[in-house]
Amino acid sequence: MTKLSNALFNRLVIAIPYIWLIIFFMVPFFIVLRISFSQTAIAMPPYLPVFSLSDGWQGFWDNIGQLSFDNYIWLTEDALYINAYISSLTIAFISTCLTLLIGYPIAYGMARAPTSIRPTLLMLVILPFWTSFLIRVYAWIAILKPEGFLNQFLQAIGIIDDPLIILNTNIAVYIGIVYSYLPFMVLPLYSTLEKMDESLIEAAGDLGCPPLKAFWTITFPLSLPGVIAGFLLVFIPTVGEFVIPDLLGGSSTLMIGKTLWTEFNANRDWPVSAAVAIILLLVLVIPIAIFQNAQAKAAQQ
Amino acid sequence: MNRMSRFNVTAIALGFAFLYLPILLLIIYSFNESKLVTVWAGFSTKWYREVWNNQGLMDAAWVTIRVGLLAATVATVLGTLAALALTRFTKFRGRTLFSGMVYAPLVMPDVIIGLSLLLLFVAAGFDRGFWTITMAHITLTMCFVTVVVQSRLLSMDRSIEEAAMDLGATPLKTFLQVTLPVIAPAVVSGWMLAFTLSLDDLVIANFTSGPGATTLPMKIYSQVRLGVTPEINAVSTILVAIVATGVIIASVLTKRREVQRRRDEQAAFAQ
Repeated sequence: MTKLSNALFNRLVIAIPYIWLIIFFMVPFFIVLRISFSQTAIAMPPYLPVFSLSDGWQGFWDNIGQLSFDNYIWLTEDALYINAYISSLTIAFISTCLTLLIGYPIAYGMARAPTSIRPTLLMLVILPFWTSFLIRVYAWIAILKPEGFLNQFLQAIGIIDDPLIILNTNIAVYIGIVYSYLPFMVLPLYSTLEKMDESLIEAAGDLGCPPLKAFWTITFPLSLPGVIAGFLLVFIPTVGEFVIPDLLGGSSTLMIGKTLWTEFNANRDWPVSAAVAIILLLVLVIPIAIFQNAQAKAAQQ
Repeated sequence: MNRMSRFNVTAIALGFAFLYLPILLLIIYSFNESKLVTVWAGFSTKWYREVWNNQGLMDAAWVTIRVGLLAATVATVLGTLAALALTRFTKFRGRTLFSGMVYAPLVMPDVIIGLSLLLLFVAAGFDRGFWTITMAHITLTMCFVTVVVQSRLLSMDRSIEEAAMDLGATPLKTFLQVTLPVIAPAVVSGWMLAFTLSLDDLVIANFTSGPGATTLPMKIYSQVRLGVTPEINAVSTILVAIVATGVIIASVLTKRREVQRRRDEQAAFAQ
C-alpha cells in the first residue's frame, strides 16, 4: 500500500506540471501551426476551416483539403514582412552588442568589488528588473522627447541649440532595449566573472603581461559562457519585442512583434499572424535550442 | 580586501546612474504641480488623489492584484513540482520534451505566447477574461519558479533526504518535512518573481483578456499611447514603491535567516 502511494507521489510530481505544459504550451503551438494554414473569414473565429468533432472523419478530411500554404506564400511576396524580420534581427543584434558593451564593465566592476558590498550591488542590479517593464520604458519617453529632460540638459550646458530628435527613432529603440535588458546581461556575466580565479591575472601581470592583453587573453575567454548566456537572454526576446518599438520607435521602426500585434489586433487577420508567429519561431529555433542546451547543462552541473 | 580600481568604480557608478536615473526622474515628476510632465512647477500630491479617484484605474489595479495572487500561487506549486521532477528524476519518458517546455517560455517572445494561448482559448470555447489571463500567467510564470527552485534543489545536501527515506519516511513526508523547509526561501522568491511578472505583463494579458477584464498594464498602456501624464507617473511610483519595499523586505529576511542558519551550524559544530 505505502509502496503504491510512494509510486503515485513520484508519478504525480512529474505528471501534474507535465500535463499543464502540454495543454498550455504544446497544444497552443499546434493550434497556431494549424491556423497558419487556414484562410481568413468574416466569422467568429475569423478563419476557415473550423475543425469540429461533429463533422466526423469525412468532414475532417474535407477540412484538411482546405488547408494551404497561401499565408506563407503571401508572407514571402509582401516585402513588409521580410523587411520586418530582417530589421528585427538587425535591431536585436545591434542592441544586444550595445548591451554587452555596457554590461561587461559593470559586471566586471561588480565582480572585482569588495566581497562585503557585492550582495548589495547585485540587489541593485536586480531591483529594476522587478519593477514594471512598461513603466521603465515609459520613463524614457519623458527623457527623450524634444522638450524632454535630455534636451533640456544638453541645451542648458550649451552643447546643442536645437533639440535632438531621438524619440520615435531607432536610436530610442536601442536605448530602450539596452536599458530594459541590461540586468539580463549583467547577471550571467557577473556570475562567471565572480567565479574566476584572480591569481591567473596576477600571474600574467607578474610575468610582464600588460593588463589589457591579460584581459583579452585570460579574462575574456574565461567569461565566454557568461557572454553567450547574456547574449541569448537579451537577443531572443528582443527579436519579438513589442512594447519598446511601439512606445519609443517611430512609424519607420519595423519590428516583427509590432507587425504581428497590428496584424492581429487591428487587421484581425488571424491566419496571417499565426504564420508570422511560426516563421518567427523558426528564426529563433536555433538560438533557443542553444539556450536550452546551456540551461540543461548548467542544471546538470 | 582588494582595492577597487578607478575604472571599476566609474563603470559601476555610471551603470547604476543609467539604471536608476530614469526611474528617479519619473518618481520626482509624479509630485509635480504642473500637468506638463517635463516642466517643474512646485510640489504637489494632487496626482495621487486623481489616481485614487480614477475608478477605471482602481478597478484595473484590483483585477491585476487578483490575477497576480492566484497565478503566482498556482505557478509556485506547479513550478516547484516541475523543479522536483527535473532534479530528482533524471530518467523518465519524455524528459527532454519536458525540460524543453520548461525552459522555452523563459526566452520565447511574449507575442507568440500570447497569440498561441488566445488561439487555444478560442478553440476550446472559453470566455476570455479573468480566468484566461490567470491561466496564461500561470503558464508563463511557472517556468521562472522552476528555474529559481531548481537551482536551490541542486545545491541542497541530498543526504538529509536520503536519511529521512532510510528511516522510513514516505516521499511525500520527506518532501514536506525535510525538502520543503530547506528550499522554502527559493519557493518564496519564486512566488514573488511570479507575482511581479504577472503584475508586469502587458502583451500576454492583452491577447488573452476579454471585454470584462482590463489589467493595470493594459490601462497604463492605453493611456501612455495618448501621451505622458503625471497621473501615470503617480501610478508608476506607487507600483515601484510596492515592489521595492517587497524586494528589500524579502532580502533582509533571507539575510537574517542566513545569519541564523550559520549561527545554528556553528553551534552544532561547537558541541
